[in-house]
Amino acid sequence: MATITPKRHAVVDTSHCVACGACAEVCPRGAITVWKGSYSVVDDGLCIGCGLCAKECPASVIRLEARP
Amino acid sequence: MKKSRWYNYLWIWSVIYFAMGFFHILFAWLGLISFFLPLIFAVGWGNKGFCNRYCDRGQLLRALGGQKGFSRRKDVPDWMKGKAFRYGFLAFFMAMFANMLYMTYRVYVGAAELSETVTLFWSIPVPWSFAYTGGAGTIEPWVAQFAFGFYSMMLTSAILGVLTMLAYKPRSWCVYCPMGTMTQMICKWKAKA
Repeated sequence: MATITPKRHAVVDTSHCVACGACAEVCPRGAITVWKGSYSVVDDGLCIGCGLCAKECPASVIRLEARP
Repeated sequence: MKKSRWYNYLWIWSVIYFAMGFFHILFAWLGLISFFLPLIFAVGWGNKGFCNRYCDRGQLLRALGGQKGFSRRKDVPDWMKGKAFRYGFLAFFMAMFANMLYMTYRVYVGAAELSETVTLFWSIPVPWSFAYTGGAGTIEPWVAQFAFGFYSMMLTSAILGVLTMLAYKPRSWCVYCPMGTMTQMICKWKAKA
């Protein structure tokens, strides 16, 4: 089966992340975890670039970027 | 659609808490739960489990702003997520908390009378004696003073949260929530250690 790699992925500006976990709560893939209560980390292998986290983030520090 | 879990309904606690304060102010003491739980998560396990999963206020703001659609969903201004404002607001909030404890102490030692008011935004007194009977002398005045003070703090911060929910993203409060800032600070220290 051919795998499709999503074109975009979520990128967190960790320096301004408030670690509230709103992103993790809405992620349909469970791809986001709050690392040691410090900031959100996206599992790139799971992220499908849907953008729900970016929309929810109260600090607006998640952007969707083209995958390298 | 994600599966609902029991902790997705904790927003109800916010509603119950503020409603109970209209019936008897002593219920305000229960607000200490929202004060100690985040600290226990942060100090004990070095995580923000409270914010991430169990915070009733975060859920309520998300429900009203996101699911019910009352939020404009605009980005918060840059200064609001900056360190200066977040730490500054935490310091201000702690100072007001200390002041509230001092007021409680003054009533405890008899240097001040119990004030049956809820003070909004640290300055606007709202008569609240309807929710206090005095228990026919069975309630120590300082116990009631603390309750009035704590409820004032909870209500003020909830109103701020609702205002920024309407103006910006649903959970904008989380950006400058003093408990959130404090627990993130603790977690970052612990992560480094």
